[in-house]
Amino acid sequence: MTRETDPKRIRRSRNNVLGLLLTAFVILVFFISIAKMG
Amino acid sequence: MTKQALPHSFPQGTADSADARPSAGAVPADWRDFFALTKPRVMSLVIFTGLCGLLAAPERIHPVLAFTAILCIAVGAGGAAALNQWWEADIDAEMKRTAARPLPQGRMNRTDARDFGVAISVGSVLLMGLAIGWLAAAILAVSIVYYAVVYTIWLKPRTPQNIVIGGGAGAFPPLIGWVAATGHITLMPVLLFAIIFFWTPPHFWALALFVKSDYAKVGIPMMPVVAGEKATRRQILIYAILLLPLSVLPWWIGGAGLVYGVSATVLSLVFLALSVRVGLRERTGPEDAMRPEKQLFGYSVLYLFALFAALVADRFLPL
Repeated sequence: MTRETDPKRIRRSRNNVLGLLLTAFVILVFFISIAKMG
Repeated sequence: MTKQALPHSFPQGTADSADARPSAGAVPADWRDFFALTKPRVMSLVIFTGLCGLLAAPERIHPVLAFTAILCIAVGAGGAAALNQWWEADIDAEMKRTAARPLPQGRMNRTDARDFGVAISVGSVLLMGLAIGWLAAAILAVSIVYYAVVYTIWLKPRTPQNIVIGGGAGAFPPLIGWVAATGHITLMPVLLFAIIFFWTPPHFWALALFVKSDYAKVGIPMMPVVAGEKATRRQILIYAILLLPLSVLPWWIGGAGLVYGVSATVLSLVFLALSVRVGLRERTGPEDAMRPEKQLFGYSVLYLFALFAALVADRFLPL
């Protein structure tokens, strides 16, 4: 696989991954809250 | 992007060299580089042993909390690995096995690696404490500091016993998994810790025997470099002998059943047989392919996976 060399595309790709991780974290915290309440 | 070579005039593995390091260049690090910093292959063993500790424990927790505990163990291990690579970037650049990592390749700013390691380490400990319990979080924090500071910064560059003491860092996951499930420490998780502790030296020294020249080049006092091959082979054998009774101890004390007991006995006897072969032989010359050492290293990874899988199987299939 060739590496991306365009800084804009790399930053966009990093932001996408960070966004996905943050979303997953929020969902996890939601489920943890439900599990703790149960 | 022009790959930026690391200036080797910096002293190896010091905070000064870490902070004085120039930036990696105009192209920002890819997210894959951050992922690579967490040593995903090592993490797979950490996740597996942590999960086994959690599943082998006599108490059950909610699946979401179990997932969170394993996630915290994995992310904590990733943070410690990132800090290890931040500190050892100069050394990694000199060794074939590690030269392709993001920092030696100049794909990432060294400070970013340090900040990333600290951030995800702290995050994993906090999440473990808030979601699971503060005892498990405290052990996770100790394991991260143990690997990043005690092993990487303190022991590895100073003593050939670095692997023996520092290898304890890799022994924490099943203990953390067990404590996450039960909330307290008993003899069984301590035994699981001890098994990995005694497994690490023969596992790593078998590797160090056939990558010895790399360690010698960067001045890391690995056992084969400092004490010589003969002493290393003898110590591999001693640890393998100690590992045999230790691995079956969970069965003897009644903490595990027959499935585990028989599996541990067979697996450890094979481990001992391979270690005897490595322990009693001498290198035949520079052309020696070191097959027994490579076989022992390969088997040692399989051994740990199989031993912990047997422990979990035993919990669900008690005979």
